[in-house]
Amino acid sequence: MFNEPHPDEVRIISKRFGLPNSASIDTYLAHEGYVALMKAIEMSPEQIIDELKLSNLRGRGGAGFPTGLKWSFIPRDNPKPKYVVVNADESEPGTCKDRLLIQNDPHQLIEGCIIAARTIGCKKGYIYIRGEYRYLIDIMDKALAEAYAHGYLGKNIKGSGLDFDLYTHTGAGAYECGEESALLESLEGKRGVPRIRPPFPAVSGLYASPTVLNNVETFCTVPAVLRMGGQAYADIGTPKNGGTRMLCVSGHVNRPGVYEVPLGFPMQKMIYETCGGILNGKKLKGVIPGGSSSPVLKADECDFPMDYDNYARMKTMAGSGGMMVMDEDTDIVKVALRTMRFYAHESCGWCIPCREGTSWLRKILTRMDEGTGRRADIDLIHELAKNMLGRTFCPLGDAAAMPTIGFIEKFREEFEARLRETTMLATTPDQLISIN
Amino acid sequence: MSLTFTPETEKILQDIWSRYPEGRKRSAVIPMLMYAQDQLGVVTSELVAEVAKRCEVSPLQVEEVVGYYSMLNKKRMGKHHVQVCTNIACLLMGGEALWHHATKRLGIGHKEVTADGLISLEEVECAGACSWAPCVVDGYEYHHHVTIEKLDQLIDSIQKVH
Repeated sequence: MFNEPHPDEVRIISKRFGLPNSASIDTYLAHEGYVALMKAIEMSPEQIIDELKLSNLRGRGGAGFPTGLKWSFIPRDNPKPKYVVVNADESEPGTCKDRLLIQNDPHQLIEGCIIAARTIGCKKGYIYIRGEYRYLIDIMDKALAEAYAHGYLGKNIKGSGLDFDLYTHTGAGAYECGEESALLESLEGKRGVPRIRPPFPAVSGLYASPTVLNNVETFCTVPAVLRMGGQAYADIGTPKNGGTRMLCVSGHVNRPGVYEVPLGFPMQKMIYETCGGILNGKKLKGVIPGGSSSPVLKADECDFPMDYDNYARMKTMAGSGGMMVMDEDTDIVKVALRTMRFYAHESCGWCIPCREGTSWLRKILTRMDEGTGRRADIDLIHELAKNMLGRTFCPLGDAAAMPTIGFIEKFREEFEARLRETTMLATTPDQLISIN
Repeated sequence: MSLTFTPETEKILQDIWSRYPEGRKRSAVIPMLMYAQDQLGVVTSELVAEVAKRCEVSPLQVEEVVGYYSMLNKKRMGKHHVQVCTNIACLLMGGEALWHHATKRLGIGHKEVTADGLISLEEVECAGACSWAPCVVDGYEYHHHVTIEKLDQLIDSIQKVH
Protein backbone atom coordinates (compact mmCIF):
# COMPACT_ATOMS: atom_id res chain seq x y z
CA MET A 1 0.00 0.00 0.00
CA PHE A 2 2.64 2.46 0.98
CA ASN A 3 6.12 1.22 0.25
CA GLU A 4 7.44 0.22 -3.15
CA PRO A 5 8.99 -3.25 -3.38
CA HIS A 6 12.59 -3.16 -2.12
CA PRO A 7 15.35 -5.23 -3.77
CA ASP A 8 16.08 -6.90 -0.41
CA GLU A 9 12.59 -8.35 -0.32
CA VAL A 10 11.55 -11.84 -1.39
CA ARG A 11 7.91 -11.30 -2.23
CA ILE A 12 5.95 -14.52 -1.96
CA ILE A 13 2.76 -13.60 -0.14
CA SER A 14 3.01 -9.94 -1.07
CA LYS A 15 3.89 -10.51 -4.74
CA ARG A 16 0.49 -9.37 -6.01
CA PHE A 17 0.44 -6.19 -3.92
CA GLY A 18 1.32 -3.73 -6.68
CA LEU A 19 -0.95 -5.17 -9.38
CA PRO A 20 -3.93 -3.17 -10.63
CA ASN A 21 -7.11 -4.29 -8.80
CA SER A 22 -4.99 -6.68 -6.77
CA ALA A 23 -7.94 -7.47 -4.48
CA SER A 24 -10.16 -8.74 -7.33
CA ILE A 25 -10.63 -12.40 -8.15
CA ASP A 26 -9.74 -11.78 -11.81
CA THR A 27 -6.31 -10.48 -10.85
CA TYR A 28 -5.89 -13.32 -8.40
CA LEU A 29 -6.82 -15.97 -10.97
CA ALA A 30 -4.46 -14.42 -13.52
CA HIS A 31 -1.58 -14.74 -11.06
CA GLU A 32 -1.61 -18.33 -9.81
CA GLY A 33 -4.74 -17.81 -7.75
CA TYR A 34 -6.57 -20.92 -6.52
CA VAL A 35 -3.93 -23.13 -8.20
CA ALA A 36 -2.89 -24.50 -4.79
CA LEU A 37 -6.50 -25.28 -3.92
CA MET A 38 -6.93 -27.40 -7.05
CA LYS A 39 -3.75 -29.19 -6.04
CA ALA A 40 -5.02 -29.65 -2.47
CA ILE A 41 -8.25 -31.21 -3.74
CA GLU A 42 -6.15 -33.94 -5.41
CA MET A 43 -4.08 -34.48 -2.25
CA SER A 44 -4.97 -36.43 0.89
CA PRO A 45 -5.12 -34.50 4.19
CA GLU A 46 -1.98 -36.34 5.29
CA GLN A 47 -0.11 -35.22 2.19
CA ILE A 48 -1.11 -31.58 2.81
CA ILE A 49 0.05 -31.77 6.43
CA ASP A 50 3.31 -33.42 5.33
CA GLU A 51 4.01 -30.55 2.92
CA LEU A 52 3.33 -28.02 5.67
CA LYS A 53 5.65 -29.87 8.05
CA LEU A 54 8.32 -30.03 5.36
CA SER A 55 7.98 -26.27 4.78
CA ASN A 56 8.93 -25.50 8.39
CA LEU A 57 6.16 -22.89 8.38
CA ARG A 58 5.69 -21.54 11.89
CA GLY A 59 2.75 -19.45 13.08
CA ARG A 60 3.11 -15.79 12.18
CA GLY A 61 0.87 -14.42 14.92
CA GLY A 62 3.30 -14.42 17.80
CA ALA A 63 3.95 -17.82 19.32
CA GLY A 64 5.64 -19.37 16.26
CA PHE A 65 4.10 -22.82 16.63
CA PRO A 66 4.72 -25.17 13.64
CA THR A 67 1.59 -24.98 11.46
CA GLY A 68 1.68 -28.54 10.06
CA LEU A 69 1.90 -29.96 13.55
CA LYS A 70 -0.98 -27.76 14.74
CA TRP A 71 -3.23 -28.98 11.93
CA SER A 72 -2.27 -32.60 12.61
CA PHE A 73 -3.72 -32.32 16.14
CA ILE A 74 -7.30 -32.10 14.81
CA PRO A 75 -8.90 -35.40 15.78
CA ARG A 76 -10.31 -37.08 12.65
CA ASP A 77 -12.67 -39.41 14.50
CA ASN A 78 -14.38 -36.61 16.45
CA PRO A 79 -18.03 -36.58 15.32
CA LYS A 80 -18.47 -32.85 16.07
CA PRO A 81 -18.39 -30.27 13.27
CA LYS A 82 -14.96 -28.74 12.77
CA TYR A 83 -14.12 -25.07 12.25
CA VAL A 84 -11.50 -22.88 10.62
CA VAL A 85 -10.97 -19.54 12.36
CA VAL A 86 -8.72 -16.73 11.14
CA ASN A 87 -7.21 -14.40 13.69
CA ALA A 88 -7.37 -11.02 11.96
CA ASP A 89 -7.60 -9.14 15.25
CA GLU A 90 -4.20 -7.57 14.56
CA SER A 91 -3.64 -5.28 17.53
CA GLU A 92 -0.18 -5.99 18.89
CA PRO A 93 1.42 -2.54 19.01
CA GLY A 94 3.94 -2.29 16.19
CA THR A 95 2.09 -4.65 13.86
CA CYS A 96 0.38 -3.59 10.63
CA LYS A 97 0.90 -6.44 8.15
CA ASP A 98 -2.41 -8.32 8.22
CA ARG A 99 -4.02 -5.08 7.15
CA LEU A 100 -1.98 -5.09 3.95
CA LEU A 101 -2.57 -8.78 3.29
CA ILE A 102 -6.35 -8.36 3.48
CA GLN A 103 -6.45 -5.02 1.68
CA ASN A 104 -4.27 -6.07 -1.24
CA ASP A 105 -4.87 -9.79 -1.58
CA PRO A 106 -8.00 -11.07 0.21
CA HIS A 107 -8.36 -14.11 -2.06
CA GLN A 108 -5.00 -15.46 -0.92
CA LEU A 109 -6.42 -15.62 2.61
CA ILE A 110 -9.64 -17.23 1.37
CA GLU A 111 -7.65 -19.86 -0.52
CA GLY A 112 -5.61 -20.64 2.61
CA CYS A 113 -8.83 -21.12 4.58
CA ILE A 114 -10.36 -23.46 1.98
CA ILE A 115 -7.20 -25.57 2.00
CA ALA A 116 -7.40 -25.74 5.80
CA ALA A 117 -11.05 -26.80 5.55
CA ARG A 118 -10.14 -29.46 2.99
CA THR A 119 -7.39 -30.74 5.31
CA ILE A 120 -9.44 -31.10 8.48
CA GLY A 121 -12.85 -31.86 6.92
CA CYS A 122 -14.64 -28.67 7.91
CA LYS A 123 -17.72 -26.93 6.53
CA LYS A 124 -17.68 -23.51 8.19
CA GLY A 125 -15.07 -20.88 8.87
CA TYR A 126 -14.90 -17.37 10.33
CA ILE A 127 -12.49 -14.52 9.76
CA TYR A 128 -12.40 -12.55 13.02
CA ILE A 129 -11.38 -9.01 12.04
CA ARG A 130 -10.80 -6.26 14.59
CA GLY A 131 -13.65 -3.76 14.68
CA GLU A 132 -11.46 -0.79 13.75
CA TYR A 133 -10.67 -2.46 10.40
CA ARG A 134 -14.19 -1.97 9.03
CA TYR A 135 -12.93 -0.99 5.58
CA LEU A 136 -11.10 -4.33 5.45
CA ILE A 137 -14.24 -6.19 6.43
CA ASP A 138 -15.94 -4.54 3.45
CA ILE A 139 -13.08 -5.58 1.15
CA MET A 140 -13.20 -9.11 2.55
CA ASP A 141 -17.00 -9.37 2.20
CA LYS A 142 -16.70 -8.34 -1.45
CA ALA A 143 -13.96 -10.92 -2.05
CA LEU A 144 -16.04 -13.64 -0.35
CA ALA A 145 -18.98 -12.81 -2.62
CA GLU A 146 -16.69 -13.12 -5.66
CA ALA A 147 -15.37 -16.47 -4.42
CA TYR A 148 -18.95 -17.77 -4.02
CA ALA A 149 -19.86 -16.49 -7.49
CA HIS A 150 -16.88 -18.34 -8.99
CA GLY A 151 -17.65 -21.58 -7.16
CA TYR A 152 -14.67 -21.49 -4.76
CA LEU A 153 -16.96 -21.31 -1.73
CA GLY A 154 -20.32 -22.89 -1.01
CA LYS A 155 -21.53 -26.35 -2.01
CA ASN A 156 -19.44 -28.83 -3.98
CA ILE A 157 -16.46 -26.53 -4.56
CA LYS A 158 -15.29 -26.95 -8.18
CA GLY A 159 -16.95 -30.36 -8.37
CA SER A 160 -14.78 -31.77 -5.57
CA GLY A 161 -17.64 -32.69 -3.26
CA LEU A 162 -16.18 -30.27 -0.72
CA ASP A 163 -18.65 -27.86 0.97
CA PHE A 164 -17.31 -24.82 2.77
CA ASP A 165 -18.83 -21.53 3.91
CA LEU A 166 -16.62 -18.67 5.06
CA TYR A 167 -17.77 -15.48 6.80
CA THR A 168 -16.32 -12.32 8.30
CA HIS A 169 -16.96 -11.54 11.95
CA THR A 170 -16.26 -8.11 13.40
CA GLY A 171 -14.63 -7.55 16.76
CA ALA A 172 -15.49 -4.49 18.83
CA GLY A 173 -12.24 -3.20 20.28
CA ALA A 174 -10.27 -5.45 22.63
CA TYR A 175 -6.59 -6.37 22.32
CA GLU A 176 -7.24 -9.43 24.47
CA CYS A 177 -9.34 -10.94 21.66
CA GLY A 178 -6.15 -11.45 19.65
CA GLU A 179 -5.33 -14.21 22.14
CA GLU A 180 -6.71 -17.42 20.66
CA SER A 181 -8.96 -18.60 23.48
CA ALA A 182 -10.34 -15.12 24.20
CA LEU A 183 -10.97 -14.74 20.47
CA LEU A 184 -13.08 -17.90 20.54
CA GLU A 185 -15.05 -16.62 23.54
CA SER A 186 -15.65 -13.37 21.68
CA LEU A 187 -16.67 -15.25 18.53
CA GLU A 188 -19.24 -17.06 20.67
CA GLY A 189 -20.70 -13.67 21.64
CA LYS A 190 -19.15 -13.30 25.08
CA ARG A 191 -16.64 -11.07 26.85
CA GLY A 192 -13.13 -11.79 25.58
CA VAL A 193 -11.65 -13.61 28.54
CA PRO A 194 -9.19 -16.47 28.10
CA ARG A 195 -9.86 -20.17 28.61
CA ILE A 196 -7.59 -22.48 30.53
CA ARG A 197 -5.66 -24.91 28.34
CA PRO A 198 -5.55 -27.83 27.76
CA PRO A 199 -7.78 -28.60 25.98
CA PHE A 200 -6.32 -26.62 23.09
CA PRO A 201 -8.53 -25.30 20.26
CA ALA A 202 -7.48 -28.20 18.01
CA VAL A 203 -9.51 -30.44 20.32
CA SER A 204 -12.01 -28.02 21.83
CA GLY A 205 -12.19 -24.64 20.14
CA LEU A 206 -15.19 -22.83 18.68
CA TYR A 207 -18.44 -24.22 20.18
CA ALA A 208 -16.26 -26.81 21.99
CA SER A 209 -15.44 -28.34 18.60
CA PRO A 210 -12.08 -29.07 16.94
CA THR A 211 -10.81 -25.80 15.46
CA VAL A 212 -7.85 -24.74 13.36
CA LEU A 213 -7.00 -21.19 14.43
CA ASN A 214 -4.14 -19.29 12.79
CA ASN A 215 -3.01 -15.77 12.05
CA VAL A 216 -3.85 -14.11 8.70
CA GLU A 217 -0.25 -14.31 7.48
CA THR A 218 -0.04 -18.02 8.28
CA PHE A 219 -3.16 -18.85 6.24
CA CYS A 220 -1.90 -16.60 3.44
CA THR A 221 1.32 -18.60 3.28
CA VAL A 222 -0.36 -21.99 2.90
CA PRO A 223 -1.23 -21.64 -0.83
CA ALA A 224 2.39 -20.67 -1.58
CA VAL A 225 3.69 -23.72 0.29
CA LEU A 226 1.49 -26.10 -1.71
CA ARG A 227 2.27 -24.34 -5.00
CA MET A 228 6.04 -24.32 -4.50
CA GLY A 229 6.29 -27.51 -2.49
CA GLY A 230 7.22 -27.60 1.18
CA GLN A 231 10.93 -28.17 0.58
CA ALA A 232 11.30 -25.23 -1.81
CA TYR A 233 9.57 -22.97 0.72
CA ALA A 234 11.73 -24.20 3.60
CA ASP A 235 14.87 -23.55 1.53
CA ILE A 236 14.15 -19.81 1.53
CA GLY A 237 14.61 -19.48 5.29
CA THR A 238 17.07 -20.87 7.81
CA PRO A 239 16.91 -24.42 9.26
CA LYS A 240 13.65 -24.98 11.22
CA ASN A 241 12.52 -21.48 10.18
CA GLY A 242 10.89 -21.80 6.78
CA GLY A 243 10.18 -19.08 4.26
CA THR A 244 9.55 -15.38 4.54
CA ARG A 245 7.97 -13.01 7.04
CA MET A 246 6.24 -9.69 6.80
CA LEU A 247 8.29 -7.38 9.01
CA CYS A 248 6.60 -4.13 10.01
CA VAL A 249 9.23 -1.51 10.67
CA SER A 250 8.19 1.66 12.44
CA GLY A 251 9.69 4.45 14.52
CA HIS A 252 12.87 6.38 13.79
CA VAL A 253 13.99 5.06 10.41
CA ASN A 254 14.12 6.81 7.06
CA ARG A 255 11.97 4.26 5.21
CA PRO A 256 9.50 2.65 7.60
CA GLY A 257 7.24 0.08 5.99
CA VAL A 258 6.18 -3.54 5.76
CA TYR A 259 8.84 -5.68 4.10
CA GLU A 260 8.64 -9.36 3.19
CA VAL A 261 12.06 -10.85 3.82
CA PRO A 262 13.41 -14.39 4.27
CA LEU A 263 13.64 -15.63 7.85
CA GLY A 264 17.17 -15.10 9.03
CA PHE A 265 17.47 -11.67 7.36
CA PRO A 266 20.05 -9.62 9.31
CA MET A 267 18.54 -6.99 11.60
CA GLN A 268 21.45 -4.61 11.03
CA LYS A 269 20.86 -4.72 7.27
CA MET A 270 17.13 -4.21 7.78
CA ILE A 271 17.65 -1.03 9.79
CA TYR A 272 20.56 0.53 7.93
CA GLU A 273 20.02 -0.60 4.34
CA THR A 274 16.44 -1.68 3.68
CA CYS A 275 14.97 1.02 5.89
CA GLY A 276 17.63 3.58 5.04
CA GLY A 277 19.12 4.07 8.51
CA ILE A 278 18.10 6.20 11.46
CA LEU A 279 16.12 9.41 10.91
CA ASN A 280 18.08 12.67 10.80
CA GLY A 281 21.40 10.80 10.97
CA LYS A 282 20.97 10.08 14.66
CA LYS A 283 22.32 7.08 16.52
CA LEU A 284 20.32 3.97 17.36
CA LYS A 285 19.29 3.50 20.99
CA GLY A 286 17.37 0.25 20.78
CA VAL A 287 14.75 -1.83 19.01
CA ILE A 288 11.53 -3.41 20.26
CA PRO A 289 11.83 -6.32 17.83
CA GLY A 290 8.53 -8.24 17.71
CA GLY A 291 5.64 -6.09 18.90
CA SER A 292 5.26 -4.37 22.26
CA SER A 293 5.30 -7.69 24.14
CA SER A 294 8.87 -8.49 23.13
CA PRO A 295 11.78 -7.40 25.38
CA VAL A 296 13.79 -4.48 24.01
CA LEU A 297 17.25 -4.87 22.46
CA LYS A 298 20.05 -2.34 22.96
CA ALA A 299 21.79 -0.90 19.91
CA ASP A 300 24.80 -3.23 20.21
CA GLU A 301 22.48 -6.28 20.28
CA CYS A 302 20.75 -5.45 17.00
CA ASP A 303 22.96 -7.51 14.77
CA PHE A 304 21.68 -11.04 14.31
CA PRO A 305 19.81 -13.11 11.71
CA MET A 306 16.11 -12.62 12.36
CA ASP A 307 14.60 -16.08 12.71
CA TYR A 308 12.62 -17.56 15.59
CA ASP A 309 15.62 -19.34 17.14
CA ASN A 310 17.92 -16.33 17.05
CA TYR A 311 15.33 -14.04 18.61
CA ALA A 312 15.08 -16.63 21.42
CA ARG A 313 18.88 -16.70 21.72
CA MET A 314 18.78 -12.91 22.18
CA LYS A 315 16.24 -13.50 25.01
CA THR A 316 13.48 -11.76 23.11
CA MET A 317 10.96 -12.96 20.54
CA ALA A 318 9.99 -12.75 16.89
CA GLY A 319 6.42 -12.13 18.04
CA SER A 320 4.18 -10.56 15.46
CA GLY A 321 6.97 -9.04 13.37
CA GLY A 322 6.48 -5.47 14.59
CA MET A 323 9.92 -3.83 14.81
CA MET A 324 9.90 -0.44 16.53
CA VAL A 325 13.18 1.42 16.11
CA MET A 326 14.19 4.05 18.67
CA ASP A 327 16.85 6.73 18.20
CA GLU A 328 19.29 8.02 20.82
CA ASP A 329 16.89 10.74 22.03
CA THR A 330 14.07 8.33 22.90
CA ASP A 331 12.85 8.60 26.48
CA ILE A 332 12.79 4.97 27.65
CA VAL A 333 10.88 5.77 30.85
CA LYS A 334 8.13 7.28 28.71
CA VAL A 335 8.10 4.28 26.36
CA ALA A 336 7.94 1.89 29.34
CA LEU A 337 5.05 3.87 30.80
CA ARG A 338 3.13 4.03 27.51
CA THR A 339 3.60 0.28 27.10
CA MET A 340 2.21 -0.36 30.57
CA ARG A 341 -0.70 2.05 30.09
CA PHE A 342 -1.61 -0.09 27.11
CA TYR A 343 -1.51 -3.39 29.01
CA ALA A 344 -3.34 -1.98 32.03
CA HIS A 345 -6.08 -0.75 29.68
CA GLU A 346 -6.28 -4.03 27.79
CA SER A 347 -6.00 -6.50 30.68
CA CYS A 348 -9.36 -8.27 30.66
CA GLY A 349 -9.35 -8.51 34.45
CA TRP A 350 -9.80 -12.27 34.58
CA CYS A 351 -6.49 -13.12 36.29
CA ILE A 352 -5.47 -11.12 39.35
CA PRO A 353 -1.68 -11.04 38.77
CA CYS A 354 -2.30 -9.38 35.39
CA ARG A 355 -5.16 -7.09 36.40
CA GLU A 356 -3.47 -5.83 39.57
CA GLY A 357 0.09 -6.11 38.29
CA THR A 358 -0.49 -3.99 35.21
CA SER A 359 -2.36 -1.25 37.04
CA TRP A 360 0.20 -1.02 39.85
CA LEU A 361 3.04 -0.96 37.34
CA ARG A 362 1.23 1.81 35.47
CA LYS A 363 0.89 3.82 38.67
CA ILE A 364 4.54 3.40 39.66
CA LEU A 365 5.80 4.19 36.16
CA THR A 366 3.53 7.23 36.04
CA ARG A 367 5.00 8.71 39.20
CA MET A 368 8.49 7.94 37.95
CA ASP A 369 7.75 9.76 34.68
CA GLU A 370 6.09 12.67 36.46
CA GLY A 371 9.10 13.21 38.68
CA THR A 372 7.72 11.89 41.95
CA GLY A 373 9.40 8.49 41.80
CA ARG A 374 11.06 6.91 44.79
CA ARG A 375 14.51 5.34 45.12
CA ALA A 376 13.04 1.88 45.67
CA ASP A 377 10.74 2.08 42.64
CA ILE A 378 13.20 0.68 40.10
CA ASP A 379 13.59 -2.57 42.01
CA LEU A 380 9.90 -2.58 42.85
CA ILE A 381 8.96 -2.43 39.15
CA HIS A 382 11.43 -5.21 38.35
CA GLU A 383 10.23 -7.42 41.20
CA LEU A 384 6.55 -6.83 40.56
CA ALA A 385 6.88 -7.63 36.85
CA LYS A 386 8.84 -10.81 37.59
CA ASN A 387 6.08 -11.97 39.90
CA MET A 388 3.53 -11.75 37.09
CA LEU A 389 5.40 -14.16 34.82
CA GLY A 390 3.67 -17.47 34.20
CA ARG A 391 0.84 -16.79 36.61
CA THR A 392 -2.02 -16.05 34.23
CA PHE A 393 -4.43 -17.99 31.99
CA CYS A 394 -3.24 -16.25 28.85
CA PRO A 395 0.03 -14.62 27.79
CA LEU A 396 -1.15 -11.01 28.35
CA GLY A 397 0.35 -10.99 31.85
CA ASP A 398 3.68 -12.17 30.48
CA ALA A 399 3.38 -9.78 27.56
CA ALA A 400 3.17 -6.88 30.01
CA ALA A 401 5.88 -8.16 32.33
CA MET A 402 8.54 -9.20 29.81
CA PRO A 403 9.11 -5.84 28.11
CA THR A 404 9.04 -4.07 31.50
CA ILE A 405 11.75 -6.36 32.86
CA GLY A 406 13.65 -5.72 29.64
CA PHE A 407 13.44 -1.92 29.95
CA ILE A 408 14.69 -2.03 33.54
CA GLU A 409 17.50 -4.50 32.90
CA LYS A 410 18.73 -2.93 29.67
CA PHE A 411 18.20 0.75 30.47
CA ARG A 412 18.42 0.93 34.25
CA GLU A 413 20.62 4.01 34.01
CA GLU A 414 17.79 5.95 32.37
CA PHE A 415 15.43 5.19 35.24
CA GLU A 416 18.18 6.20 37.73
CA ALA A 417 18.85 9.40 35.81
CA ARG A 418 15.15 10.26 36.00
CA LEU A 419 15.29 9.84 39.78
CA ARG A 420 18.38 12.05 40.01
CA GLU A 421 16.61 14.80 38.06
CA THR A 422 13.76 14.45 40.49
CA THR A 423 16.07 14.75 43.47
CA MET A 424 17.62 17.91 42.03
CA LEU A 425 14.19 19.38 41.50
CA ALA A 426 13.10 18.70 45.07
CA THR A 427 13.06 21.99 46.95
CA THR A 428 11.87 21.03 50.41
CA PRO A 429 13.13 18.36 52.86
CA ASP A 430 9.70 16.72 52.71
CA GLN A 431 10.00 16.13 49.00
CA LEU A 432 13.45 14.61 49.44
CA ILE A 433 12.18 12.23 52.09
CA SER A 434 9.37 11.10 49.84
CA ILE A 435 11.86 10.42 47.06
CA ASN A 436 14.25 8.40 49.18
CA MET B 1 -40.40 2.69 22.16
CA SER B 2 -39.90 0.26 19.36
CA LEU B 3 -36.72 0.22 17.39
CA THR B 4 -36.65 0.50 13.63
CA PHE B 5 -33.63 0.04 11.46
CA THR B 6 -33.07 1.39 7.98
CA PRO B 7 -33.58 -1.27 5.27
CA GLU B 8 -29.79 -1.37 4.75
CA THR B 9 -29.08 -2.00 8.43
CA GLU B 10 -31.89 -4.54 8.66
CA LYS B 11 -30.43 -6.45 5.71
CA ILE B 12 -26.98 -6.51 7.34
CA LEU B 13 -28.41 -7.66 10.68
CA GLN B 14 -30.31 -10.52 9.06
CA ASP B 15 -27.26 -11.53 7.06
CA ILE B 16 -25.14 -11.55 10.24
CA TRP B 17 -27.74 -13.68 12.01
CA SER B 18 -27.64 -16.27 9.21
CA ARG B 19 -23.90 -16.84 9.52
CA TYR B 20 -23.98 -18.88 12.72
CA PRO B 21 -25.23 -22.45 13.27
CA GLU B 22 -28.63 -23.17 14.83
CA GLY B 23 -28.44 -22.81 18.60
CA ARG B 24 -25.32 -20.63 18.31
CA LYS B 25 -26.98 -17.31 17.53
CA ARG B 26 -25.31 -15.71 20.54
CA SER B 27 -22.32 -15.35 18.22
CA ALA B 28 -24.22 -12.63 16.37
CA VAL B 29 -24.44 -10.37 19.44
CA ILE B 30 -21.23 -8.36 18.91
CA PRO B 31 -21.49 -7.89 15.11
CA MET B 32 -25.18 -6.92 15.43
CA LEU B 33 -24.38 -4.34 18.11
CA MET B 34 -21.57 -2.89 16.01
CA TYR B 35 -23.60 -2.48 12.82
CA ALA B 36 -26.70 -1.27 14.65
CA GLN B 37 -24.60 1.26 16.57
CA ASP B 38 -23.36 2.61 13.23
CA GLN B 39 -26.92 3.60 12.41
CA LEU B 40 -28.09 4.69 15.87
CA GLY B 41 -24.85 6.35 16.99
CA VAL B 42 -25.12 4.76 20.44
CA VAL B 43 -26.04 1.52 22.19
CA THR B 44 -29.46 2.12 23.80
CA SER B 45 -31.35 -0.18 26.16
CA GLU B 46 -33.86 -0.73 23.33
CA LEU B 47 -31.03 -1.97 21.15
CA VAL B 48 -29.78 -4.26 23.91
CA ALA B 49 -33.28 -5.74 24.25
CA GLU B 50 -33.68 -6.13 20.49
CA VAL B 51 -30.31 -7.88 20.05
CA ALA B 52 -31.05 -10.11 23.05
CA LYS B 53 -34.38 -11.13 21.50
CA ARG B 54 -32.90 -11.86 18.07
CA CYS B 55 -29.93 -13.81 19.44
CA GLU B 56 -31.97 -15.76 22.00
CA VAL B 57 -30.01 -14.54 25.03
CA SER B 58 -30.92 -12.44 28.07
CA PRO B 59 -30.48 -8.64 27.97
CA LEU B 60 -27.93 -9.03 30.77
CA GLN B 61 -25.77 -11.23 28.54
CA VAL B 62 -25.80 -8.45 25.96
CA GLU B 63 -25.08 -5.78 28.60
CA GLU B 64 -21.99 -7.60 29.83
CA VAL B 65 -20.63 -7.59 26.30
CA VAL B 66 -21.38 -3.89 25.85
CA GLY B 67 -19.47 -3.18 29.05
CA TYR B 68 -16.40 -5.06 27.85
CA TYR B 69 -15.67 -3.82 24.33
CA SER B 70 -14.20 -0.35 23.88
CA MET B 71 -15.95 0.37 20.56
CA LEU B 72 -19.46 -0.16 21.97
CA ASN B 73 -20.64 3.11 23.50
CA LYS B 74 -23.58 3.70 25.82
CA LYS B 75 -22.79 7.39 25.70
CA ARG B 76 -23.48 9.07 22.37
CA MET B 77 -20.25 10.01 20.63
CA GLY B 78 -19.90 12.83 18.12
CA LYS B 79 -21.04 12.62 14.53
CA HIS B 80 -17.33 12.32 13.80
CA HIS B 81 -15.52 10.17 16.32
CA VAL B 82 -11.89 11.23 15.99
CA GLN B 83 -9.43 8.72 17.39
CA VAL B 84 -5.81 9.64 17.98
CA CYS B 85 -3.31 6.83 18.49
CA THR B 86 -0.59 7.48 21.07
CA ASN B 87 0.73 3.93 21.37
CA ILE B 88 4.48 3.29 21.03
CA ALA B 89 4.98 3.60 17.26
CA CYS B 90 2.81 6.74 17.11
CA LEU B 91 4.36 8.08 20.34
CA LEU B 92 7.79 7.87 18.72
CA MET B 93 6.50 9.90 15.76
CA GLY B 94 4.62 12.62 17.65
CA GLY B 95 1.23 11.07 18.42
CA GLU B 96 1.09 12.64 21.87
CA ALA B 97 1.50 16.15 20.46
CA LEU B 98 -1.40 15.45 18.10
CA TRP B 99 -3.55 14.31 21.00
CA HIS B 100 -2.76 17.40 23.09
CA HIS B 101 -3.39 19.66 20.12
CA ALA B 102 -6.78 18.07 19.42
CA THR B 103 -7.95 18.32 23.04
CA LYS B 104 -6.81 21.94 23.28
CA ARG B 105 -8.34 23.03 20.00
CA LEU B 106 -11.70 21.36 20.65
CA GLY B 107 -11.75 21.92 24.41
CA ILE B 108 -12.77 18.34 25.11
CA GLY B 109 -11.01 15.30 26.56
CA HIS B 110 -10.98 11.53 26.15
CA LYS B 111 -14.39 10.18 25.08
CA GLU B 112 -15.94 13.65 25.32
CA VAL B 113 -18.10 15.39 22.73
CA THR B 114 -18.16 19.01 21.53
CA ALA B 115 -21.23 21.00 22.63
CA ASP B 116 -22.73 20.85 19.11
CA GLY B 117 -22.38 17.05 19.08
CA LEU B 118 -20.24 17.20 15.97
CA ILE B 119 -16.89 15.82 17.12
CA SER B 120 -15.82 13.46 19.88
CA LEU B 121 -12.27 12.54 20.77
CA GLU B 122 -10.69 9.32 21.93
CA GLU B 123 -7.08 8.51 22.74
CA VAL B 124 -6.85 5.01 21.30
CA GLU B 125 -4.49 2.08 21.55
CA CYS B 126 -2.56 0.82 18.53
CA ALA B 127 -4.75 1.21 15.44
CA GLY B 128 -2.45 -0.86 13.23
CA ALA B 129 -0.83 1.93 11.23
CA CYS B 130 2.62 1.73 12.85
CA SER B 131 4.70 1.97 9.69
CA TRP B 132 2.77 5.09 8.63
CA ALA B 133 2.67 6.76 12.04
CA PRO B 134 1.35 8.86 13.55
CA CYS B 135 -2.23 8.01 12.69
CA VAL B 136 -5.67 9.46 13.33
CA VAL B 137 -8.86 7.56 12.58
CA ASP B 138 -12.07 9.49 11.81
CA GLY B 139 -14.90 6.99 12.28
CA TYR B 140 -13.53 4.09 10.25
CA GLU B 141 -11.35 6.23 7.99
CA TYR B 142 -7.58 6.08 8.46
CA HIS B 143 -5.30 9.10 8.11
CA HIS B 144 -1.56 8.38 8.03
CA HIS B 145 1.58 10.47 8.57
CA VAL B 146 -0.57 13.04 10.36
CA THR B 147 0.97 16.38 11.32
CA ILE B 148 -0.57 19.16 13.42
CA GLU B 149 -1.39 20.98 10.14
CA LYS B 150 -3.06 17.89 8.67
CA LEU B 151 -5.05 17.36 11.85
CA ASP B 152 -6.21 20.98 11.73
CA GLN B 153 -7.24 20.52 8.10
CA LEU B 154 -9.22 17.41 9.03
CA ILE B 155 -11.05 19.23 11.83
CA ASP B 156 -11.63 22.25 9.55
CA SER B 157 -13.12 20.04 6.87
CA ILE B 158 -15.46 18.35 9.36
CA GLN B 159 -16.61 21.71 10.72
CA LYS B 160 -17.04 23.23 7.25
CA VAL B 161 -19.36 20.49 5.98
CA HIS B 162 -21.73 20.76 8.93
